[in-house]
Amino acid sequence: MSFEVPEDCRYLETHEWVRPADGRVGITDFAQDELGDVVFVELPGEGETLEGEAEFGVIESIKAVSDLYAPLSGTVATVNERLIDEPELVNEDPFGEGWMLEFDAVVEDDLEGLLSHEAYRDQIE
Amino acid sequence: MTYDQARWTDGEERYEPLLSEKRSREVERDADDPLPEDLTRDSLELPDASEPELARHYTRLSEMNYGVESGPFPLGSCTMKYNPSFTEDVAADPAGHVHPDRSDESVQGVLELQHRLQDWLGRIGGMDAVTLQPPAGAAGEFTGILVTKAYHESRNDERSEVIVPESAHGTNFASAAMAGYDVVSLPSGDDGRVDLEALAAALSEETAALMLTNPNTLGLFERDIERVAEMVHDVGGLLYYDGANLNALLGRARPGDMGFDVMHYNVHKTFATPHGGGGPGAGPVGVVDELAEFLPDPHVRAVDDEGEPVPDADDAARFRTYTPERSVGKVHGYAGNWLVLMKAYAYIARLGDPGLADASAKAVLNANYLASKVDYEVPFGPLHHEFVASAGEQDAADAAKRMLDYGVHPPTTKWPEIVSEALMTEPTEVESRRTLDQLAAAFNAVGDEDDETLERAPERTAARRIDQVRAAREPRLSWHELDE
Repeated sequence: MSFEVPEDCRYLETHEWVRPADGRVGITDFAQDELGDVVFVELPGEGETLEGEAEFGVIESIKAVSDLYAPLSGTVATVNERLIDEPELVNEDPFGEGWMLEFDAVVEDDLEGLLSHEAYRDQIE
Repeated sequence: MTYDQARWTDGEERYEPLLSEKRSREVERDADDPLPEDLTRDSLELPDASEPELARHYTRLSEMNYGVESGPFPLGSCTMKYNPSFTEDVAADPAGHVHPDRSDESVQGVLELQHRLQDWLGRIGGMDAVTLQPPAGAAGEFTGILVTKAYHESRNDERSEVIVPESAHGTNFASAAMAGYDVVSLPSGDDGRVDLEALAAALSEETAALMLTNPNTLGLFERDIERVAEMVHDVGGLLYYDGANLNALLGRARPGDMGFDVMHYNVHKTFATPHGGGGPGAGPVGVVDELAEFLPDPHVRAVDDEGEPVPDADDAARFRTYTPERSVGKVHGYAGNWLVLMKAYAYIARLGDPGLADASAKAVLNANYLASKVDYEVPFGPLHHEFVASAGEQDAADAAKRMLDYGVHPPTTKWPEIVSEALMTEPTEVESRRTLDQLAAAFNAVGDEDDETLERAPERTAARRIDQVRAAREPRLSWHELDE
């Protein structure tokens, strides 16, 4: 099976992505497939400060409950409130409608420690 | 065997109606009722069924259920063995029904039984002292970790971490986290056992304890257990034994002799007390001498004529409850769920040493026999009381649903994750060879079926495929919500 790994995102080994262009964060196509049907997503509040590689929320599927890790440090500008009633968006469109939160700014230097799309694809294949 | 479960419905969609839906009656409040006005209702709608209606209602519900009294129930790691009914008779004896606030002097018989059970469990686990108070296996774990914490703190040795193998039961992680520890997850080695190099890397002065079960979740004996104990003790940590898999060792090997310092007993798995269902349950905890002073309050001990403690119940003049010197306090009321423990007492007393050793032999023999008859691959061995087969190209959950159609309860699925599409199977010591052959036939029939058949299953049960996703996304947690 081939998973979507967009070139405009950077990745964590724990299967979260961040898109530098708009500062959005979510989980990968591979991650949603492993989890199975997502039933609940717990996200931070707007204005909260996140620390890179630290837990920022929880995702629950019919199979498992997992922590979500922040790809970067930064302040949460908005969260995707649609996930409260429609957690299935994470399964249907992990890199689009299933986004989880948006940072107010992304500092270019902070991206250095993250995996490129090639490196992440190597990891999951 | 063929199987067709009873299916009582009123048409297509609704199962046997609720009693209140069949017939109900409005009950008025008595005029001379002395209860305060603000605490009472004027009337109440109550189900109003005749005795035969009531009997049929519950019989129908039981016909649409599947339990260990219906057939084999090899749910791995859960040890769903049949509980002999004589233990219920013993627990129902009015002599055991004493008020927990009675004075020690007036309930000597009950205290003696409690003391003897503490002793027996201690002997079985190789532990020096046992508390009966925790009300469930997971509560026992939490208690064991609290005792561990109290021990380190008493030595002014603050530690922050508990190490748990990634294949451990989820409760281990939860117990350690609830006690305020950071949980360090330990990866398994290629042979499915503890990887000593990974363990060495995880251990430090911060290690409060390593939690293990032996044999582990794959049914494998941790052969390096003595080395593991030495490594944990060398950094000042304690070794915790999860009693989930004690059935494999019963009467043959003891956690205490392997170097474990604390353990809990799952009396519902090992000593035939009822499983779950919201309780009441029991999860006694055993500890080595050094930890005995931290056990929950109260604890029972035997004393001589002068009131001095004596180790052996046979030398005792009286039995007394007391507060251990540096007790972690109460984790439940009084002696815990005493009538549950009485069933464990009765079971141990009936089996005796030879019976307990025979139970573990049969648990291991049955698992190995079934594993040898099952066509699915079983990647790890040699086995003890359970095995993990792989459904291979099939989806383990679909295969499990299909097994229901053959009149058997399926194994635990998709866990542990070290085996892909895991079918974790524990037949327990109670099944006969004939039943094991039926189980194997069910496994093998399902193993030969195509995905389409599996995805349609179950087709012969009262309830068909449950919509798990909708159940999780739109939970109805109260009967009040059924009307909505």
